[in-house]
Amino acid sequence: MKLTKLLTTAALAAGLATGALAQDKTKVGFVFVGPVGDGGWTYEHNEGRLALEEEFGDAVETVFVENVAEGPDSERVMTQMALDGADLIFTTSFGYMDPTINVAKKFPDVKFEHATGYKRADNVSTYSARFYEGRAIQGHIAGSMTKSNIIGYIGSYPIPEVIRGINSAYIHAKKVNPDVQFKIVWAYTWFDPAKEADAAKVLIEQGADVVLQHTDSTAPQAAAQEAGNVITFGQASDMAQYAPKPRVSSIIDNWAPYYIARTKAVMDGTWESTDTWDGIGPGMVGIGEITDAVPAEVKEQALALKDSIASGDYHPFTGPINKQDGSAWLAEGDTADDGTLAGMNFYVEGIEGDIPQ
Amino acid sequence: MIRLEKRPQPSRAFSLATPLLAVLATMVFGGLMFAVLGKDPVTSIITIFWQPLFGEFAFYYRPQLLIKGAPLVLIAIGLSLGFKAGIWNIGAEGQYIMGALFGAGVGLAFYPMESFIVFPMMVLAGAFGGWLWAMIPALLKVKFGTNEILVSLMLVYVAEQFLASMSLGLMKNPEGFGFPGSRNLQQYNSAFNADLIEGSGMHWGVVAALIAVIFAYVLLTKHRLGFAIRVTGEAPRAARFSGVNPTRLVLFCLGASGLLAGLAGLFEVAGPAGQVTIDFNVGYGFTAIIVAFLGRLHPIGILLAGGLMALTYIGGDIAQSQLGLPAAAIQVFQGMLLFFLLAFDLLTNYRLRPGRTEVA
Amino acid sequence: MMDLSAINPILFVAGFLVAATPLIFAAIGELVVEKSGVLNLGVEGMMITGAICGFAVAVETGSPLLGFAAAAAGGALLSLLFAFLTQIALANQVASGLALTLFGLGLSALLGQSYVGVKPPRLGDIDFGPLADIPVIGPILFTHDIILYLGIALVAATWAVLKFTRAGLVLRAVGESHDAAHALGYHVKRIRTLAIMFGGACAGVGGAYISLIRVPQWTEGMTAGIGWIALALVVFASWKPWRLLLGAYLFGGITQLQLNLQGAGVAIPVEYLAMSPYLITIIVLVILSADKSAAPASLGRTFHASQ
Repeated sequence: MKLTKLLTTAALAAGLATGALAQDKTKVGFVFVGPVGDGGWTYEHNEGRLALEEEFGDAVETVFVENVAEGPDSERVMTQMALDGADLIFTTSFGYMDPTINVAKKFPDVKFEHATGYKRADNVSTYSARFYEGRAIQGHIAGSMTKSNIIGYIGSYPIPEVIRGINSAYIHAKKVNPDVQFKIVWAYTWFDPAKEADAAKVLIEQGADVVLQHTDSTAPQAAAQEAGNVITFGQASDMAQYAPKPRVSSIIDNWAPYYIARTKAVMDGTWESTDTWDGIGPGMVGIGEITDAVPAEVKEQALALKDSIASGDYHPFTGPINKQDGSAWLAEGDTADDGTLAGMNFYVEGIEGDIPQ
Repeated sequence: MIRLEKRPQPSRAFSLATPLLAVLATMVFGGLMFAVLGKDPVTSIITIFWQPLFGEFAFYYRPQLLIKGAPLVLIAIGLSLGFKAGIWNIGAEGQYIMGALFGAGVGLAFYPMESFIVFPMMVLAGAFGGWLWAMIPALLKVKFGTNEILVSLMLVYVAEQFLASMSLGLMKNPEGFGFPGSRNLQQYNSAFNADLIEGSGMHWGVVAALIAVIFAYVLLTKHRLGFAIRVTGEAPRAARFSGVNPTRLVLFCLGASGLLAGLAGLFEVAGPAGQVTIDFNVGYGFTAIIVAFLGRLHPIGILLAGGLMALTYIGGDIAQSQLGLPAAAIQVFQGMLLFFLLAFDLLTNYRLRPGRTEVA
Repeated sequence: MMDLSAINPILFVAGFLVAATPLIFAAIGELVVEKSGVLNLGVEGMMITGAICGFAVAVETGSPLLGFAAAAAGGALLSLLFAFLTQIALANQVASGLALTLFGLGLSALLGQSYVGVKPPRLGDIDFGPLADIPVIGPILFTHDIILYLGIALVAATWAVLKFTRAGLVLRAVGESHDAAHALGYHVKRIRTLAIMFGGACAGVGGAYISLIRVPQWTEGMTAGIGWIALALVVFASWKPWRLLLGAYLFGGITQLQLNLQGAGVAIPVEYLAMSPYLITIIVLVILSADKSAAPASLGRTFHASQ
């Protein structure tokens, strides 16, 4: 308890000192799990940070530390940022969940925002993106365009986030093409471009003419380009360098609007602990330009789907949907609740194979 | 030209002076690099070396040095015993993982029973896990004469796959909404390796590291086994004549280093880290090899070297956030430090003499 | 549903020829280094440095081949640091190698900051004309880029040089007993330094094969441990070039097979299959242990001529 007190006083003192010096400049910290040069997850969070600086100019100061291991290292980096007078700290990896809660307890006056987790506190918000909304659009395009009826899917680890994406893509591919089959390959890595390239090649060799990826490198794009008649979708970032083909569209993690809004809230003193799970509507999930490689009619349908999801008229998980084993999950017209989606650990009916355990 | 001449005995003066020289050289060249990157070199160096120790928030960073340094020292001490005897365990990372898995496994099996017996059982299991993993290269070496460097290294990758499998399967937190990773042992009192005095950074792993340093020191200077280790490393044939049993030495050295690495893993998973996760291991096992050499394979040296490495990690993170230095620059800086330490070590064992160029 | 017929054996084989190439380069270089009696654990660091040097030069000049040349130069240059530490400053090889990897990873990330998201120029496949149309053999053997063939040629050349030439004899002599070689008047340090540079150059090319051909893109840490596998491969091959080639195909093949089986819907425990190359290496080590002559006798030992 003594330390907690000491830390708090120190933070206050530091806050006062820097506050006086910098004339109420709002200081925002970012803790990154990978290097900002990973071209994917961390890269996009850093883009959000840069957008924040652009938006507020001299009124904010941002700091970041990259390659921070989950566990005690992240706890230390967060504490250090808080000690250095940060007003708001974004912790951008699931594994930072418990460390964020721990540090937040010691600094009740600093606001924390943890990405993709589920633990909150008075000064800890959580935020995440409904990437599965984007997957629905990809599934629609993929199902419409595949000639071999085989769609390849590169997964990282079998966790709810990835499984949700597979289900969403499958449901919408199946809707436009009842014969569609998903081939799913788990890479068991977050980051290994060479392995991602291999996985893409294998899927293509096995007849897939659409490859979806839930890994962040452009390796599958290059493999598809070399193979010729294969289409892909950018993941995390736009990957526009592979447009118009193989990359026909993309899901872009766009954190900028959220980062700007939350920083504004801190500046205005209106920040409150919330649980944000935003999708296409608020702009957290961006859909990259659908290229002309997609038939006009399909493109139109995809854009219509995007609009109906954005407006809230349509939920990608709308019944009737059965689970893989045939048991009923959602009745006609029902939509999935966020709790089930967040912990999704089953395939929907029609997907072959088991989720590895 | 300059000629090298082997000193009859390593120079004491230089063995103390070279680390300082190396740190100085790193400051100069690292400072140059920071300047090239457009940062003020003096501020950068002060941030990395001074701030964690004596800066405004040193009260927080000093305990962090213990947390970061303890696993490094604990593992490096074990490794140094083998290295001294010419037995190369470079798979401590794997033993660290297995120690954590065994230890955490026991803790999770007892959950939610609160009892004073849980933590000691975990410690035993952790030590056993690390020891077991190191016994594979040890037994293969003794039985078949296989190269322990490679077997232990291969087992790191096997252990990493086990770790992934455990975090996604058997040890996954049943209340974790399907996310990978185990329960947080920090929230399970009987299993939590907490600070002994809150906020001091002194958890059982730090205590174990200090005990290991003392133990190794006594072993190497006072005990017959320490003598056997030293003789085997310096003159293997002489060792055999003086009655050293090489088989037992291999089993002891690999076993001890595995055991200590396993303990380090257990203390980490039950304390600062708290959880078994896919990315639980952060390279302590490999960094410890460097720490062992930086410490000249001497227990006290290792203690200091572990502290120095921990300092560059902590100071490096501060420099990243305060000065916007990229993580890569910190990595290069650490690389430089190692190079200089290794290069200057020459002066400890050799004399530079003016003379003709060496022909070799 | 299991559908093994989905696996096309021809493409499968052609696929692992490509997957094995970075490994072949890195491992054949390390083989020569170890044959000279030096253990350089810095392969990963030299590979990633080669990967960025090759990538940057290929992007700037538009020529992938110049990129590969730069990768070789970059890898060799970095390896000189290791040569300096171990041959001149007589530092421990294990520690120096690990330090080299740490340094290389950091350096490459610094160098590569402005190349994230850039698409490199593509190196085309060699046009073998009608050869590529031969059934089965054509698509497997005659549809690749020049670097892949260069890798195989390098294995053959290394084998021939080690076995038949005086230079090879001297290299092996230095690796077996540096004291004896020194007594015979050979320049142990010079020979080892050259071997280390050769290893660095090869590792660099292997790294560039990943960043320019196999992936192709630049991201930090993209070699993702292939350098470590190369080290295992050298031992797996018991320091014999042709076995090394075979081993590289086996290592590359297991990953490919694993992904192929997954794609075909076979329920396999991925983690356990991913362990298999390492476990197989250990088993091979045990089998080979009967052959005591396999490892260079002076491997990892520091040489200093005391006069």
